[in-house]
Amino acid sequence: MNAPLPAEACGIDLVRERGQRAVFCGLTGIVWLHRKIQDAFFLVVGSRTCAHLIQSAAGVMIFAEPRFATAILDERDLAGIADAEAELDTAVERLVARRPDIRLLFLVGSCPSEVIKLDLTRAAFRLSRRLAPVRVLTYSGSGIETTFTEGEDACLAALVPELPEAEAGDGALLVAGALGDVVEDQFARLFADLGIPVRFLPGRRAEAMPAVRPGMPYLLAQPFLAGTARGLDGRGLRHLPAPFPLGAEGTTGWLQAAAEAFGVAPERFAAATQAGRRRAETALAPHRAALAGRRIFFFPDSQLEVPLARFLARELGAGIVEVGTPYLHRGLLAEEIARLPVGTRVVEGQSLDDQMDRARAARPDLAICGLGLANPLEAEGLATKWSIELLFTPVQGYEQAGDLAELFARPLRRRALLEV
Amino acid sequence: MQLTLWTYEGPPHIGAMRVATAMRGLHYVLHAPQGDTYADLLFTMIERRDARPPVTYTTFRAEDLGRDTAELFKQACADAYARFRPQAMIVGASCTAELIQDDPGGLARALDLPIPVIPLELPAYQKKENWGASETFYRLVRALAAAPVAPAPGGRDRRLCNILGPTALGFRHRDDLVEVRRLLARLGVGVNVVAPLGASPADLTRLPEAAFNVVLYPETGRAAAQYLEKAHGQPFVEIPPIGVGATKRFVEAVAAQAGVEAGPVLDDPGSRLPWYARSVDSTYLTGKRVFVFGDATHAVALARLAAREIGFRVVGLGTYERGFGREVRAEAALHGIEALVADDYLEVEAAIQAAAPDLVLGTQMERHVAKRLGLPCAVISAPAHVQDYPARHAPLMGFEGANVLFDTLVHPLMMGLEEHLLGLFREDREFHAEAAPSHLGASTVPPSLQDEARAPSPDRERVGVRVENAQDEAATDPLHRRDLSVEFSSLTPALSRSGEGAGRGPGDRPAAPAAAWAPEAERELKKIPFFVRSRARTNTETFARERMIPLITLETLYDAKAHFGR
Repeated sequence: MNAPLPAEACGIDLVRERGQRAVFCGLTGIVWLHRKIQDAFFLVVGSRTCAHLIQSAAGVMIFAEPRFATAILDERDLAGIADAEAELDTAVERLVARRPDIRLLFLVGSCPSEVIKLDLTRAAFRLSRRLAPVRVLTYSGSGIETTFTEGEDACLAALVPELPEAEAGDGALLVAGALGDVVEDQFARLFADLGIPVRFLPGRRAEAMPAVRPGMPYLLAQPFLAGTARGLDGRGLRHLPAPFPLGAEGTTGWLQAAAEAFGVAPERFAAATQAGRRRAETALAPHRAALAGRRIFFFPDSQLEVPLARFLARELGAGIVEVGTPYLHRGLLAEEIARLPVGTRVVEGQSLDDQMDRARAARPDLAICGLGLANPLEAEGLATKWSIELLFTPVQGYEQAGDLAELFARPLRRRALLEV
Repeated sequence: MQLTLWTYEGPPHIGAMRVATAMRGLHYVLHAPQGDTYADLLFTMIERRDARPPVTYTTFRAEDLGRDTAELFKQACADAYARFRPQAMIVGASCTAELIQDDPGGLARALDLPIPVIPLELPAYQKKENWGASETFYRLVRALAAAPVAPAPGGRDRRLCNILGPTALGFRHRDDLVEVRRLLARLGVGVNVVAPLGASPADLTRLPEAAFNVVLYPETGRAAAQYLEKAHGQPFVEIPPIGVGATKRFVEAVAAQAGVEAGPVLDDPGSRLPWYARSVDSTYLTGKRVFVFGDATHAVALARLAAREIGFRVVGLGTYERGFGREVRAEAALHGIEALVADDYLEVEAAIQAAAPDLVLGTQMERHVAKRLGLPCAVISAPAHVQDYPARHAPLMGFEGANVLFDTLVHPLMMGLEEHLLGLFREDREFHAEAAPSHLGASTVPPSLQDEARAPSPDRERVGVRVENAQDEAATDPLHRRDLSVEFSSLTPALSRSGEGAGRGPGDRPAAPAAAWAPEAERELKKIPFFVRSRARTNTETFARERMIPLITLETLYDAKAHFGR
């Protein structure tokens, strides 16, 4: 899978751009991942910049006894690698002694640790043996290798080789991608109605990671999981091509892919999804009036941009000016690309100042962008929707379709509301 | 390797960004990996700036490493110059770029741009944000104000000064500047250049035209002022005018430097703080225990104001800025205490608990610690969150700043009359022992204690009380309420270490068990107003422990009260 399609076959106008990128690095994924896996701890091995980034991204959450921290490299660590390894071991042992509730520890690589080639794989192996039963895994969330949500991909990909082997004849479906607990529960109920046994990756606890086996079908709940998908393919699992569960159409298409793989009768599928589809339709209707015909511009951020553009265009009647995305995995997004209006301009990568110029020239009704750009663009008279919220808010599934539309409609409504 | 959750300061290149963003016509080209642009949002969100910071990042990625990062840097420099046409540029590396050892200064020089390009050396693995800001400003001043300015006919006007130190993301720098300008105007002293905030590189070349400098924030302005003193013979006044006393000393020093009369300003300071502090409602403030932590400038100034202008007792004073430890230690000595110089918030939290203050003055961090401990708190220093970059005029400096500070320090406490009435009516229903203090929200029980109460514990079994939903029951059922208070008393060791941080383990529990409370003493304790009750409890238990008293009786309670003599 993942064979690259020729751009023209997709019906989109694909452009690649290089230059300055205004994006988060993969470390940011820790902020939601640590809440998903409740007995995991994320230890970044990096610089004061890394600690400062997580502090800025986590906001007030940093005080709610979070399970993440940074081991800050200093001069002495840079002087000799052997010393840094010993220091890391000491730091980890102290941490585990202080937090006996931790069962899974991730050593998260950063730009500095990657550049000095601190071998975190070896450290994880060494510490796993020493600290058993605490498991120690590693992945990189560095900016040089990962963009924002790719940190989750790297984390889940690190879990994949560790997943237990399911018994032969186990007929379950795997759903990969961290979802809000409320969303995960809704999907679990829907799959139960469809008669499909389902497991979720990541599990909510280190001991509760899903078992897998060759031939097991899997759905991706998020579009940014290329590495995880590669790992699952490597263990013989079977990817089910599907759109992503954003909006009513995306959710139906996503569930449909599973239903087909499990031979669910169309009547049963209709019965199981009918109520959800109806509620989503009811919730979307008022927002359609606000968003129909509005021109929308996406700056690259999370790789959610293509599915979101599809949702906005098809379910809310919005016009799409440009879809920026940090990466475009055309294999995984084939079902999304096929649903985008023909000729949609998709820009992979970024040259920040050029892209801002294009946004200024196009004067979209709504620009979807990061917090570093949102206020400056607002000050230039463009309405914006800051994109990070789309990762922290439950947006997938039928019950959240209206909330998702509301996220885009609210800035427009607010603009109309303010008189001064 | 230092294990960190919270950092009081960012890396030094953030300091450089604070200088660049403060200025006009300056551009910063930062060699940094993809992701470091996160720093933009400190300025666009916390300070709510309406433009991107004037920073271009190279945002190199793994595929660029070992190949063309140097080329990438040169291209970014050339593009930034072509697009923004700045009057001057600063160039440097962030922590990762420091490791790959491209030479931003040399690479930029090779481009031969027609503007000054100032290279920055900011060692990211040794230094921090404030140092980065100070060093950047110093390098800029050194580069742009190096040449002696031809003296004006008749020499420099003595009544012309520069204001040095305010930056972007500075704590109340915007409004402090308004107040300081007002003071200088009242003295008849002119302002030549304010820098970095609002200055252009061209403005920096005019710095030597002033007769002297006023340093508002030594953290960011002192190094540049020292350079200007040496290179251009400009003396400087370094008295941050925070508080009435400091403002008067500032006015006197500036007047002396400028050769003008300080009297008119000093005779009519226009501050309400002195009268408000003398009014009888403030009597209850006498000797209130205050813990002060922050950057050195604000910590020292607030300790002075708290002790000498409001009549608090400073029971803790500290800073996260190691470079200014000396100043803070000297001030702490005046209050008869030892300064805490630490950048580990767990150390600060432990010190706050040990000092048992009535009020905490600190950063955003101390605000959260205080919340956890159920203590009143006000934010007086960076790092601060968005609510401390307010829309309203809210200076800390000058006479208006003193007004702001009086309100800021007193509001978290209760008003005197209210406190008196509470004491008077403490047996009344509304003011019973378990009623939550209205100014602290619904619950006085620290979250960690709530968890503690839910968890099975030997204490709980001993007392044998169901405590699930204890708070709900306590609110409605007087019987349960009584039981609950017994329960809480049995958890006293837990209470005294509440606010457990990430690093606290079971080993940190106090070794000696607390003495038991006789029911009569327990009832008496509950008559003590809640805002001093937890200290009364701690004091009494300490007293009992030290004297090996196994059961705290009414007599023990009052013996302890007499001993600690509040």
